[in-house]
Amino acid sequence: MSNFFSENADIQFQFNRIDLSEIIQIREDDYKQAEQYSFAPRDYEDAKDNFKRILEVVGDIAGNFVAERAREVDELGSTFEDGVVTYAKGLQEAMIRLNQAGLMGFILERKYGGLNLPISIYIFAIEMVSRGDASLMNLFGLQDISETIENYGSEEIKAEFLPKFSTGEVTGAMVLTEPDAGSDLQAVKTRAYQDENGNWFLSGVKRFITNGNADVNLVLARSEEGTRDGRGLSLFVCYGDDTVQIRRIEHKLGIKGSPTCEMQFHDTPAQLIGQRKRGLVAYVMALMNGARLGVAAQALGIAQAAYVEARRYAQEREQFGKPILNFPAVADMLIKMKVDLESSRTLIYATARAVDMHKVSEMELERLKAANESFVEMKDQAKHWKAIADFLTPLSKYVISEKANRICYDAIQIHGGTGYMHEFNVERHYRDVRITNIYEGTSQLQVIAAIGGVIKGVFDEQFDAFEAHEYRHEARQLANKLKKIRVLMDKCKVHVLDKEDKAYQELHSAELVEMYGSIYVGYLILEEAAENSRKMLIAKKYIMDALATAMHHTESITRGFDTLFADVDQILTKE
Amino acid sequence: MSLHTIVLVKQVPDTSNISGEVMRPDGTVNRARLPAIFNPEDQEALELALRLKDKHGGKVTALTMGPPNAANMLRECLYMGADRAILVSDRRFAAADTLATSYALHKAVHRIGKYDLIFGGRQAIDGDTAQVGPQTAEKLGIPQITYTLEVQELDLKKRTIRAKRAIKNGYEILESPLPVLLTVTKDAAEPRPFDVRRLCTYKRAQSRFEIEATVDDSHDLVWMDELLEKAKTSDLLIETWNIEDIDADVEMCGLAGSPTKVHKVENVILSGAEYKAVPATSEGMNDMIAELMRDHIFG
Repeated sequence: MSNFFSENADIQFQFNRIDLSEIIQIREDDYKQAEQYSFAPRDYEDAKDNFKRILEVVGDIAGNFVAERAREVDELGSTFEDGVVTYAKGLQEAMIRLNQAGLMGFILERKYGGLNLPISIYIFAIEMVSRGDASLMNLFGLQDISETIENYGSEEIKAEFLPKFSTGEVTGAMVLTEPDAGSDLQAVKTRAYQDENGNWFLSGVKRFITNGNADVNLVLARSEEGTRDGRGLSLFVCYGDDTVQIRRIEHKLGIKGSPTCEMQFHDTPAQLIGQRKRGLVAYVMALMNGARLGVAAQALGIAQAAYVEARRYAQEREQFGKPILNFPAVADMLIKMKVDLESSRTLIYATARAVDMHKVSEMELERLKAANESFVEMKDQAKHWKAIADFLTPLSKYVISEKANRICYDAIQIHGGTGYMHEFNVERHYRDVRITNIYEGTSQLQVIAAIGGVIKGVFDEQFDAFEAHEYRHEARQLANKLKKIRVLMDKCKVHVLDKEDKAYQELHSAELVEMYGSIYVGYLILEEAAENSRKMLIAKKYIMDALATAMHHTESITRGFDTLFADVDQILTKE
Repeated sequence: MSLHTIVLVKQVPDTSNISGEVMRPDGTVNRARLPAIFNPEDQEALELALRLKDKHGGKVTALTMGPPNAANMLRECLYMGADRAILVSDRRFAAADTLATSYALHKAVHRIGKYDLIFGGRQAIDGDTAQVGPQTAEKLGIPQITYTLEVQELDLKKRTIRAKRAIKNGYEILESPLPVLLTVTKDAAEPRPFDVRRLCTYKRAQSRFEIEATVDDSHDLVWMDELLEKAKTSDLLIETWNIEDIDADVEMCGLAGSPTKVHKVENVILSGAEYKAVPATSEGMNDMIAELMRDHIFG
């Protein structure tokens, strides 16, 4: 029994230091919403107090209710019979509980029954829910579906659907993937067509749809006959009524509580979201970015759960007359896990804040335009935050989901043979975490999404500012190491770009993204260390490791094979 | 007619979490060091009342007699879904036993007025007497169903309730006319979580004591009245009643109204010195079971 919010020191640390004042002031219309809604905050301090109280409720539900049911949910999984999907009992109970607490309209506006909370607070909640049960995240953590309707739907559509999401009356699914359109969504074939009165209908097959049995579906479909690429796709909303047939659910490695469905649309009545042809290029990209950050938080939550199990086991388990925690090899694994967890939190909350800043900048921009006021400055600000959010979101998803996999892997290693057994939770965490670097875009795709930011140098100015900052004592030495990483990073970047070889650039994008990201996170942890001396230890380990990795990458990029592609057939023999 | 349920609640020291700091060297518990919590069975009683409200509509009033800081628990009642919270608090209620407590509570219920149901926990974890519920029902002259496990049916037309109650070795099902008082045993209904919208709203709810504490000497009584009125109109007042407010006889309240006197407190120290080895055979087990039954530990 524990509260995943109030009893997690690092979450407390991040929560206490996050400054959302600018964001909340705009989201709360200068705190005028308090005049209309009794639960709206009256000032920033009041807002932060609300956040704390709400996250305590989430932390209590996740720690004391959801976590207790996770094993059984994993064992039962979702079931499929006569075309009907049934959630495991524990998952149903958890959903009821989240609804009772009023947590399903987390990020929606109050006029649609929502809580009007920023993404930053939502990410805390997703992390904790996922720690309790990774599969529940796919019901609680995909509220980006309703947010997409809020952002791009017509007023009628919003009024029809959003209040139902807020009360928990309906759940949603994002219905994108098809048998031949996975990472490459431009290949989507599901057809959207209109009758003579202009009503839209959907027809086609979708696969691997998380929670495809939902009440409301957001569907990507080809509305422009004869087109073949992303520009022929539009986004639709429809009910999961009788015309939507669930053909099967998948038997998966992990997140078994969350049903993954194959769906067939038989002339399903649907409504267009936003404008035609903008489905993939505008709306789905925004939707996916939100979901990517959610998955990063999911990975982080699972990794936290695995770490806690491993840490406890290492202390309790005695071999050769002492707890295995006292063996350097074991302690080293745990230290690495802990540093990965804390640095991941530093990264994800910086990312969430950037996403919030981008969102409120856009809101302000719209307001200024509507009021006929000067908006040039705000336009620049919105652009600035968009570039940062667009870089940090895939970076977070990539780095955190990969690290979370490593953490769960090591958590089993620390348990030894016991950890391989079903009776121990780490076995479940290891299976659950495996999807996080695959769905919502594989790690490889995240790198492609992030590399542009590295090439453009989105953080270059900020790095200059960090470098100009006067650090003291230990922090100075570490700041010097970060400078060194940047020198190496620039050297690699120049080397890669000078080749003018797209394949070579793609080959080394991951290393460049990783190095660039580590400089940013390194400076953020140094800022944290100025407030908390324990964090200096985290900074030290993080930065020293990042430097070693950067040296390794530099060696491999600048002195390694130019490209292996020329020899690919010789190396990859069939057996 | 809409359903009105009163729930009797109590704030208690958390006796389930007694750690080192709380124990005095002489082995007694330092109550002041224990965190105050919502008595668990009272919270389940509130949950049962709220479920009936979910189903039949109506109103739930949470009522407690306790010190000023019991307002914390009343706020929790509001977070869960209670419509109204009343704190009966007065120094002259101090040191009340179950008789004086049920006297004050029944007077408070009279002041509340019309009601259909009264729920309460079976007992509080600090005293474990299980007397306040039954005594309150007696004083109100209404029937009672104690040890309630489940409400099976509430018929507002016939004005009856059917409930399952625990008895030794089983349960029985009772039907009673309304109004009736029910005491609820643990595990009857897992309390719901706080509703976050209510949480952000009612965190501002205050008792008269709390409002008074915000008023300093430079303010006058009119100012205080204005604050009370403001809290009331914005639905953020935890109504706070003293002896006069509930029209109680001072002699029947607090220490004066409590015939129960503590004669002596004894520390019972269980020593681990004596033990008996039970052979790990069916015969050994059977002997042990027989012995435990003879001593009335089992059965």
